[in-house]
Amino acid sequence: MAKGVWIVAEQRDGALRKVSFELASTARKLADQLGEEVGAVLCGSGVEAMAAELAKYGVDKVYVADNAALEPYTTDAHATAVAKIVKENDPAILFIGASAQGKDLSASLVGKLATGMATDCTDVKVADGKLLAVRPMYAGKCFGEVVIDAFPQMASLRPNVFPIVECAKAGEVVKFDAGLGEAKTKVAEILKEAAGKIDVAEANIIVSGGRGMKGPEGYGILEDLAGLLGAAVGASRAAVDAGWRPQADQVGQTGKVVSPNLYIACGISGAIQHLAGMSSSKYIVAINKDAEAPIFARADYGIVDDLFKVVPALTQEVKKLLA
Amino acid sequence: MNIVACVKQVPDTEAQIKVKGDGSGIEEGGIKWVMNPYDEFGVEEAMKLKEKLGGEVTIVSVGPARTMETIRTALAMGAEKGIQIDDPALYNADAYATAEALAAAIKGVPYDIVFCGQRAIDDDSAQVGSILAELLGIPQVTFVTKLEIDGTAVKATRPIEGAAVVVATSLPCVITATKGLNEPRYASLPGIMKAKKKPVDIKKAADIGVTGASKSKVAKFTPPPARPPGKVLCADDTPEGKAAELAKLLREEAKVI
Repeated sequence: MAKGVWIVAEQRDGALRKVSFELASTARKLADQLGEEVGAVLCGSGVEAMAAELAKYGVDKVYVADNAALEPYTTDAHATAVAKIVKENDPAILFIGASAQGKDLSASLVGKLATGMATDCTDVKVADGKLLAVRPMYAGKCFGEVVIDAFPQMASLRPNVFPIVECAKAGEVVKFDAGLGEAKTKVAEILKEAAGKIDVAEANIIVSGGRGMKGPEGYGILEDLAGLLGAAVGASRAAVDAGWRPQADQVGQTGKVVSPNLYIACGISGAIQHLAGMSSSKYIVAINKDAEAPIFARADYGIVDDLFKVVPALTQEVKKLLA
Repeated sequence: MNIVACVKQVPDTEAQIKVKGDGSGIEEGGIKWVMNPYDEFGVEEAMKLKEKLGGEVTIVSVGPARTMETIRTALAMGAEKGIQIDDPALYNADAYATAEALAAAIKGVPYDIVFCGQRAIDDDSAQVGSILAELLGIPQVTFVTKLEIDGTAVKATRPIEGAAVVVATSLPCVITATKGLNEPRYASLPGIMKAKKKPVDIKKAADIGVTGASKSKVAKFTPPPARPPGKVLCADDTPEGKAAELAKLLREEAKVI
């Protein structure tokens, strides 16, 4: 009988990523309801020391595969290692972060483990001893409650949504052999972006611009405000298709679906496919000249005015508050 | 080169999605159906590869009768032939069952490379391409924005948070396409005319030896939580005054800055 709530911890460049603690805290909560243990799988090279950090957030056992071939991440090697240890231990539930790496790894694991997964969940709970995973579908135009009739019941959790709760446990380290064969894929090169850039999918605050920014140079005022707030700069499809902003910054049904604490939409009218991608943000601010723009129907706070005057003034106000 | 591109028919991005009263699914009436935008990038890349290296493109899709229209769109873009897996057992299939059906159909044709979209914009699962690669026992690269093929050597670029990773692998493989890979072409009028005569094989689940059984299901669909009505800030009529009011509310009421 499958037992235990497991997570796949995500680390990059020698550090655990924040989503790993979100996964651990969530797994702890569900494991306590089920009266079961939390296990974490940690793969990489020289990663054993990170096990103690996972223990702080409620992990009972950390299964560590330490192997040079697991660094940097490849789908092939990591999915092989995680599938092996999961098959040996038969956990009931397996959580992974719905990050770029987690989305890639989790989908491959679904194939290897012949199970089902709820992708990019915003809530998970236990009902009748089984996992019930709530996730946005159609980019958030509706939600689905997913049940899985195979083990492990897998869910990838949207980063930045689940709270991190400290809860110290033993974090006993169990080393395992990754069981890697000949590598079918390898990383040829990693092209790093400018340091300090925050991805919209991971940001607590997003300052986003649309067609109303009038051109790529208009984004300077959004960069200033974002810099001050530690925010990411997002963009609408119109702005990305016009070539004003990189594709990675696009928010919406054909871009990234985001749920930050604060989403500031500047010069975005609110096409349905954009609204779908950001409506689960905790607070939404809309700044737009057109009082009839659909974005105002979703906004907690709306300003009908020229964004080129409002945004720099807002930056000044925020500066005063943070001083 | 034998190229396969998987496509799914989905509601247009402008479509309003209404949940059925009993929560069993969405209302399909009045929806405009289109090819999944991410699959379009896959089909376009398939065309570009064929134009460069020669060969044939086969379109594979799982879906009900209306899906034929999307297969014909891909044929009008230049693909040679299609396979449609149309079986009620697969109408609400999850990612695993869908991938299983695609894999079974693809095993029946020669293939050097298989394209999928990185996700379908209806269920947003982002799983099918990866499961398909596992079931075919070939490597995969997902969320690809740039693809280079030299002989059997493959280099594919995928963005991750704050970086892009160039992955090296070899054919045959599965590539899941995302925005940035290319600009999908529009079907030409002669292309549309020709597409009507191109062969499309329609198969049932049993024909390809799958049951269509899913591992997971959506037990209930719900509309998104309603947002309370917002405030339009107008305590002061100047941009500066509105900005000051907003900063105050974000700090004191919302407590987000």
